[in-house]
Amino acid sequence: MTERKSLSLYKDAYKRLKRNKPAIFGLIFIIIIVFAALFAPFFAPADPNKIDLPNRLKPSGSPSRICSNGVYILGSDEYGRDIFSRLLYGARVSLMIGVVTQIITTLIGVLIGALAGYYGGAIDMVMMRVADMLFAFPDLLFYIGMMFALGPGIVNMFIALSIIGWAGKARLVRSQVIALKETEFVEAAKAQGLSDFRIIVKHILPNCMGPIIVSVSIGIPGSILAEAGLSFLGLGILPPTPSWGNMIRSASSYLRIQPWYAVWPGIVLMLTTFAFNLLGDGLRDALDPRLKQ
Amino acid sequence: MIQYIVRRLIFSIPVVIGVTLITFVLLNVVPGDPVLEMVGKHADPQTINQIREQLGLNDPLVIQYLRFVFNAARGDLGKSFKTGIPVSKMIGDTFPTTLKLALSAYLVAIILGVSVGIISAVKQYSLFDHSMMIVALAGISAPVFWVAVIAQLIFGLKLGWFPISGYYSVKHMILPAIVLGTRFAASIARYTRSALLDVIRQDYIRTARAKGLSERAVIFIHALKNAMIPVVTILGMQLSGLLTGSILTESVFAIPGLGRLSLWALSERDYPLVQGVVLFTAVIYILGNLIVDISYAFLNPRIRLK
Repeated sequence: MTERKSLSLYKDAYKRLKRNKPAIFGLIFIIIIVFAALFAPFFAPADPNKIDLPNRLKPSGSPSRICSNGVYILGSDEYGRDIFSRLLYGARVSLMIGVVTQIITTLIGVLIGALAGYYGGAIDMVMMRVADMLFAFPDLLFYIGMMFALGPGIVNMFIALSIIGWAGKARLVRSQVIALKETEFVEAAKAQGLSDFRIIVKHILPNCMGPIIVSVSIGIPGSILAEAGLSFLGLGILPPTPSWGNMIRSASSYLRIQPWYAVWPGIVLMLTTFAFNLLGDGLRDALDPRLKQ
Repeated sequence: MIQYIVRRLIFSIPVVIGVTLITFVLLNVVPGDPVLEMVGKHADPQTINQIREQLGLNDPLVIQYLRFVFNAARGDLGKSFKTGIPVSKMIGDTFPTTLKLALSAYLVAIILGVSVGIISAVKQYSLFDHSMMIVALAGISAPVFWVAVIAQLIFGLKLGWFPISGYYSVKHMILPAIVLGTRFAASIARYTRSALLDVIRQDYIRTARAKGLSERAVIFIHALKNAMIPVVTILGMQLSGLLTGSILTESVFAIPGLGRLSLWALSERDYPLVQGVVLFTAVIYILGNLIVDISYAFLNPRIRLK
């Protein structure tokens, strides 16, 4: 019974998502970016770290000695590296940060939220007060502090972004679990003598999936922007590894000579987060039962 | 009402203490030594020890933390390791600048966001509505530091309308306030639109229309006030975004505010200054949300603060 019902909910949601043109546009753009990142070595006309000092800060369309197609599609940076190739490789960093951070925070958040919501009492009290404190903590300040402390690098960034990122998800899951644990089907499961673990995993969590999916799709652009901001401050991913944030940082010193250098990484960054936001909006509309006719 | 405010303030004390505790633990578990940062790696051990003694860094961590809490409770945040200036004075010197930036950004955000939101809601599904909602989502997606750099490029370097860095006059504040404000205008516009659309479908709006009020009166007198409740919530939630946004904005425009001070404090491992800035920011955040909750009662008398 329950399985058939949940299946039709997702089918229904899928139908509504398909009708939502902006969300589909977002999804297509995300697929393109994922492909670009996965096959960056194949698409990139040059090695992203290949230096050609005589050709530094050239505008787009300039002839290039290092690009296989003979031109800098989007110009060259302060070391004569190909900006287009660096953007492609930068997509890897951004997507990795977005996805890995969301996986970690969702796992922690679901675990803590489910325990707090299901058992209540002291566990709930302690966990939610910790979540409150992390909420009151200015997040960027926290990330900056962590990155100063741990040092730059992608792994440290996963750590910094995950330590407080779970709090919002835990609250979300907790509120869902509290609402669901009073429902008849959970009562029925209890009456059958199922273990708490089984009830939570098999009966409660599947019914929380909607809000969790939405929070992940909205969380990914948040993590991507946080990475970009930290790399922009010189604390996240350090050059020569290309990241959209550190490219904007370098570019801001050459605004007078090569203004487009600062424009491209920002546009790609904006389009990517925009696409995730469109999809997130669409998913929320599709999965929110209140809007169902 | 006063009872409610007092109770909320009392409840927020553990949260504030928790924030300082987290900061303290983090400062102490992370590798790195503030004294070495001050005197350099080649100072002799005796001098280093002497300084550690003076700063109280040789005491057990629990003592150090309790000392901080008790002094902070009396309003004494200690002195900066790096400059020797009292932390409260350093915050007091920089905060007004950040406050000016934040308030002007709020102003930009509210004027722009609420008006776009109203027009979008009243003319739902029009070309204006569709295009503005796309622009708004794009505005939310754009990283604030990049918008700041592009604004410098266009309005500073190309057009020469505004100075691009420093803070010497009101003119220096215009560009940063617009950059920081438009970002929040985008989400305010989205919330105003959806809140107003919700309200317009209510019975009392139909009644207002039925008794022959003009559309303008219906929207501005009956609908808007009720639609403002979720918008006010967003204003409160954005307070922390505004404070963190000011770190990046101040850093791009070289504005000597609290954001730059906190960045500097963290990079210099100035423990008392870091503690002070974090504590201050958390308190501002909590007070901001309290003001938001109180303003609900004014907007909707049905909401009783308990």
